[in-house]
Amino acid sequence: MAMRPPPAPRVPPPGVDVAERLYELLTAGGAWLVLLLLLGIGAALASGGWLAFQTFGWNFVISREWDVTGGRFGALVPIYGTLVSSLLAMVIAVPVGLGIAFFLTDVAPRWMRGPLAAAVELLAAIPSIIYGMWGLLVLAPFLANHVEPWLNAHLGPWPVIGALFRGPPIGIGLLTAGIVLGIMVTPFISAVAREVFATVPPALRESAFALGATRWEVLRRVTLPHTRSAVIGAMFLGLGRALGETMAVTFVIGNAHDLAASLLRPGNSIAAIIANEFAEADGALHQSALVAPALLLFAITFIILALARLLLHRLNRPAERKP
Amino acid sequence: MRSRVLLGRRLANAVAIALAGAATLSGLFFLGWILWTTMSRGMAAIGPALFTRMTPPPGQEGGLLNAFYGSAAMVMLALAIGVPLGIATATYLAEQGRHSRLAAVVRFVNDILLSAPSILIGLFVHELVVRPMGRFSGFAGALALAIILLPVVIRTSDEALRLVPDSMREAAFALGLPRRLVTLRVLWRSALNGMVTGVLLGLARIAGETAPLLFTALNNQFWSTGLGGPLANVPVVIFQYAMSPYASWHALAWAGALVLTLFVLALNLLVRLLVRKGAGK
Repeated sequence: MAMRPPPAPRVPPPGVDVAERLYELLTAGGAWLVLLLLLGIGAALASGGWLAFQTFGWNFVISREWDVTGGRFGALVPIYGTLVSSLLAMVIAVPVGLGIAFFLTDVAPRWMRGPLAAAVELLAAIPSIIYGMWGLLVLAPFLANHVEPWLNAHLGPWPVIGALFRGPPIGIGLLTAGIVLGIMVTPFISAVAREVFATVPPALRESAFALGATRWEVLRRVTLPHTRSAVIGAMFLGLGRALGETMAVTFVIGNAHDLAASLLRPGNSIAAIIANEFAEADGALHQSALVAPALLLFAITFIILALARLLLHRLNRPAERKP
Repeated sequence: MRSRVLLGRRLANAVAIALAGAATLSGLFFLGWILWTTMSRGMAAIGPALFTRMTPPPGQEGGLLNAFYGSAAMVMLALAIGVPLGIATATYLAEQGRHSRLAAVVRFVNDILLSAPSILIGLFVHELVVRPMGRFSGFAGALALAIILLPVVIRTSDEALRLVPDSMREAAFALGLPRRLVTLRVLWRSALNGMVTGVLLGLARIAGETAPLLFTALNNQFWSTGLGGPLANVPVVIFQYAMSPYASWHALAWAGALVLTLFVLALNLLVRLLVRKGAGK
């Protein structure tokens, strides 16, 4: 186990010194505990959701029925809501986050970069419940009064995509959830992307500038190609956040068990339906029907976060949890 | 001809820069909007009653005393569980196990736990503690918070310990110190700044966590000091009050949100100062 450095002559051989053994046991025990924790979460969710999967089989994933009194459950609506709201969030957060990273690495005057980055990353520090509350009590009324009527009137009549924007302008629904999620995820993407951009060797960028390339051309032709996989990793990290975010979504998604094409209609997400119903779930089957989608969420976020880490391997210290 | 190409390139550049500037401004705009809303609506409801009275029924005067107490108790217990465990694990990752396969796997898993949806942690603790015990409890809430804290502490302490120069380790070993004392007296002391940073960041993270408390600690409208039963806490009270139709509850929720936000922002500023101090050394 001890690979380095070589033992000093006066250290007693292992197994003799009880305190030393205890120290080794405690530290390595912590490492095993982390592994057990992940396995334990997976196992607990699998056992909790087993009853629902057993009762409904594959139907559970494709059925939109959610009948608490009749005891018939399907998770299609929350699965759909999770995917759509996260997708919306990514549509907002990827260009904005990358734009911020570009601005902070290449455009802003040097003295502004630190404070600006700190300010943007403060957005990531605000607890999600504050986002939810602000979304429900401030953003939702604003959207209902000023944005959604406009969408209804101008985008609603369009063929195909119009269906997305026709609906009651009540300010609560998938669109609002996607916007709040997008604002939340943006600082994560911009922070990681900024760190990723900083790994480009200065010589590469400077040679491009010396050839007369503009900043945009350096970004498009040098920085982005050089960091492509890590930038995708940053997006996946943001997506992993968006899929599992609970409070911000629970406030604004509307908690309605409806499946509709319109983004203006209330819907539900996996995390939101659990937050709303689990504590008061009635009976074993209802509880199990709430844990089963959590298992799906666990599996999806695990895969996405694992991919993100693999793509980000070049950064041994991503900025995610750093100030 | 040549100048037209140049003009096009310059135009593309100008557009890209303008859009990037707009993106940054929009980020700052939403930060400002959210903070301003929290400040202005929270200030209106802040007063001595907030810290001296219990959570009221709708329409009555009251404060958040029991919620502040419950949150503080659970967060402290979570720190007491998560910090020692996290530092022990980080010590393994950075020292004995630095190049082992176990450490590589644990780092990978830890990074996933770091971003794992917190509501799943709540469900896990519910299955592990609440269901067998048959009731919601402050202990369960603290355990859920500790599990969320753990990866943050591991990550930052691991990084801080790995930044300690090897010459320090070699010097300590050359004096004949056993490994545990090298860790205790030399490594932890040199990495203290980084490890404190990690604990503060973790504290900022768990102070506002709501989802894992919804079905572990639940909530409690009344004063209770024991962690053995349901316990009031600031995030869940904010959730319940903000979702309600009552104006008086909304006001209290904003006040709680303001206190929470100020606490988290102050911790982040403190972390920044610590990091700058560490870098200036």
